[in-house]
Amino acid sequence: MAEQALPAWKRTFEEAGSQILFLGNFFKNIFKSGFEWSEFVRQCYEIGYKSLTLVGLTGFIMGLVLTLQSRPTLADFGAESWLPGMVSLSIVREIGPVITAIICAGRVASSIGAELGSMNVTEQIDAMEVSGANPMQYLVVTRVLATTLMIPILTFISDAIALFGGYLAVNIDGKVSFYLYFTKAISVLGFSDIFPATIKTIFFGLTIGFIGCYKGINSNKGTESVGLAANSAVVTSSLWIFVIDAIAVQLTNLLAYH
Amino acid sequence: METTTNGTKNSATVPLKTEELVVEIRGLKKAFSGYEVLKNINLDLKRGENLVVLGKSGQGKSVTIKCIVGLLKKDDGSVKVFNEEVADLNDEQLKQLRTKIGFLFQNSALYDSMTVRENLEFPLTRVLKLQEQTEITSRVEEVLEGVGLLDAIDKMPSDLSGGMRKRIGLARTLIMKPEIMLYDEPTTGLDPITSREISELILEMQKKYKTSSIIITHDMPCAKITSDRVMVMNNGEYVAEGTYEELERSDNELVRSFFN
Repeated sequence: MAEQALPAWKRTFEEAGSQILFLGNFFKNIFKSGFEWSEFVRQCYEIGYKSLTLVGLTGFIMGLVLTLQSRPTLADFGAESWLPGMVSLSIVREIGPVITAIICAGRVASSIGAELGSMNVTEQIDAMEVSGANPMQYLVVTRVLATTLMIPILTFISDAIALFGGYLAVNIDGKVSFYLYFTKAISVLGFSDIFPATIKTIFFGLTIGFIGCYKGINSNKGTESVGLAANSAVVTSSLWIFVIDAIAVQLTNLLAYH
Repeated sequence: METTTNGTKNSATVPLKTEELVVEIRGLKKAFSGYEVLKNINLDLKRGENLVVLGKSGQGKSVTIKCIVGLLKKDDGSVKVFNEEVADLNDEQLKQLRTKIGFLFQNSALYDSMTVRENLEFPLTRVLKLQEQTEITSRVEEVLEGVGLLDAIDKMPSDLSGGMRKRIGLARTLIMKPEIMLYDEPTTGLDPITSREISELILEMQKKYKTSSIIITHDMPCAKITSDRVMVMNNGEYVAEGTYEELERSDNELVRSFFN
C-alpha cells in the first residue's frame, strides 16, 4: 500500500512545484518589456464583454430568487423592511462574488484550458517558442491579467443586476419605490463589506486565469488531453474559489470584528 | 572514416575539418519515461548542405531536431549549434540562437486565431521588434510571393489546404531569414503532386536564402529531390550515411527497404 501511495504523493508534490514555478514565471514575465497590449485588450473583450449576458442573467435570477425565498420568513417576524439590506449584504459580501466566479470558471477557465491545450497539441506553442517569441508573455500574462481585471468588474455588474432583481421581486406583491429600495439596500453596506469582497474577486480572477493557462499549456499531446485540460481547469479553479472564499471570510472576520 | 560495404558511412563519422559545421551532435541520448529513444546519435550538418534523415516512425528523428532547437533537453551527449552547446545557453542566448533557426512543424503549426498576414507578422514584431509597417508589409509580401501564396494573405489558416498551410508555415520560418532550417516531415499527408511541389520549394528556398537544412521524411521522392546527404536511423542510432544514390545501392536490408 505504502509503495503504491508513494508515487501519488510524489506526483502531487511535483505538480505543486510545477505550479509554483509557473506562477513565478508568470510574475517574472509581467514586468518584462514588450507587454502585449492588443492581446490583453482582446482578452478583456473575450473574457469580460462576452461573459456579460451570462453573468447578468445569473445575477438577476440570483437577486430575484433570494428575495422571493427570504421574504416570507422575514414577514413572519415583521422584519420585511430589512429585506433590501439583507439581500444586498448577502449578494455583495458572498453570493455575488462566488456565483460570478463559479460561472466564469465554467466559461472562461474551460475556454482558456481548451484553447491553450489545443495550441499545445497542434504545436503552436512550440512554434512560438522556436521562433524566439515568448509564449508566456503573449498567451499567459495577457489572459491571467485579463481575468484578474475582468472578474471584479463582472462581479460589480452582477451585484447591481442582482439588486435590481431583488427590487423587482419586492414589487411583485408590494409597492416599494426604486429610491427607497436602493437607499435601504445601500445604507447597510460599509467599507468592511465592499473592500474584502472586491479583494477576493481579484484573487478569484487570478485563480481562474492561472489555472486555465496552467492546465492548457501543460496538457499532454493528444486530442483527448484538450478535453481533460478544459475539464480539469473548471474543476480545479472552482475548488480553489471555495478555498479562497473560506480563507477570505476568516481573514475578514479576524480583521473587521476583532 | 568508417564505411559500410558499399560506400555508405557509419554513424560515428568524423566531420571533414575543412568544412564549417553549423550543427554538431555527439553521443546524444534521450529517454522518455525510462524508454531510451535516442541511444547514441552523432550528426554533423555542414553550412549550405541539405541533410535528409530517414527512419521508421518512433525512432526519434523529431526528438533529435527538437533537441537541436532546445525544445527538448538532452539526457547525455553534446548538441552544438554554431559551436555553442545548446544546453549551456541561458534563456536570452537560446532566444538569440532560435532566431537563426527555422523549424517547419509536421502540421505547419500556424496560429489558427490569426490570419496569414498576422502569422507572418508575429515573429517580425515580437522577435525582431520591427516597428515600421511598410517594412513589415514588404517582408511579408516578399516571402509570400516566394512561396506563391500572395493571394492568401488575408485568409485564416482554416481556409487553407494542407499544401497551402505547409507553404505558409515555410514562409513564416523563412521570413526570419534563418541560417538553419529544420523540416519535420514536410510532405506528410500531402498528395504526390503537392509533395513534389513542396520538395522543390524547399530546394528553391535553400538556394535563395542559402540555408543549411535537416529534413526529416519518409517520403523518398522528397529525399531524392532535396538531399545532398542522407542518414538512416534505426533503434535510436544512425546506421548508414551517404548520398541518395549510394544508399540506394546499399547491401543493408533496412536501408534498402526505404528505397524499394
